[in-house]
Amino acid sequence: MTPSAIELTATPDDRRIARYAAAAIALTVAEAAIPSPLPGVKPGLANIVVLVVLVRHGWSDAAWVSLLRVLAGSLLVGQFLAPGFFLGLTGALASLAVLAASSRLPKRFFGPVSHSVLAAFAHIGGQLALARLWLVPHDGVFYLVPIFAATALGFGIVNGLIAARLLEEEK
Amino acid sequence: MKPWLPLLRLGDWLVAGAGLVAVAASFPLLWRGGAAERAVVRLDGRIVAEVPLTAARRIDVAGPLGTTVVEVAPGRARVASDPGPRQYCVKQGWLTRPNAVAICAPNHVSLALTGRQPGYDSLSY
Repeated sequence: MTPSAIELTATPDDRRIARYAAAAIALTVAEAAIPSPLPGVKPGLANIVVLVVLVRHGWSDAAWVSLLRVLAGSLLVGQFLAPGFFLGLTGALASLAVLAASSRLPKRFFGPVSHSVLAAFAHIGGQLALARLWLVPHDGVFYLVPIFAATALGFGIVNGLIAARLLEEEK
Repeated sequence: MKPWLPLLRLGDWLVAGAGLVAVAASFPLLWRGGAAERAVVRLDGRIVAEVPLTAARRIDVAGPLGTTVVEVAPGRARVASDPGPRQYCVKQGWLTRPNAVAICAPNHVSLALTGRQPGYDSLSY
């Protein structure tokens, strides 16, 4: 029997992404302990990490951190491949798509708060679209839009401010 | 403790403001489905009157037993009087929800409120 030697070398990039993802995952797990009045209404604290990574290292790093967070976070919380996992994944993909566009906005005028609010709206948009198509095939889900939109705006601003503050501190 | 406000740039204010407008707009837009808009009066399943629930008015419908009186007021409607023996449709009182129905079966008359979406495919005596 010949010993198989598959060697995976971790580049500094990998380590950096893993560190950020670990922080985001920790926030996801912590957040899962917070009771929520309505399924889907969550502060989305892990997005603070994604926002910081977006500004520091660009969109592709942010995408890695966000998707690793969804994957590993769901495994830890016990939601992997459950409906909540697919809702979270759809939301993350939608907000990454919006972040790809919003990160091209002029930095002088649009800071982390803009990215955060836009991504939060994209997040609920993606989730509601999936919920309407798959989980609740009825227009009744859209009655919840005002509640989701209001929380997205509120937490979007707060998370954006925290990310902006963290980025400010390092200067 | 550094102040938070300087962290907001001009575009951030714009985005947050636009978000606030979108949130505010979503409330009436999406919860209007809960309001009744029109009253539909039928005799033998045929529509004899369809009026918006905006102004007060009275509709007299001549059925086989006599005259059923439907009263419409802003946002609501009721069967005010009916010649039927048991008066179920009159006792229902004011109808305010969309898709609410009062059926005066003996006199072949029905009153239904409609919202933006019909709750039933059809209703007839």
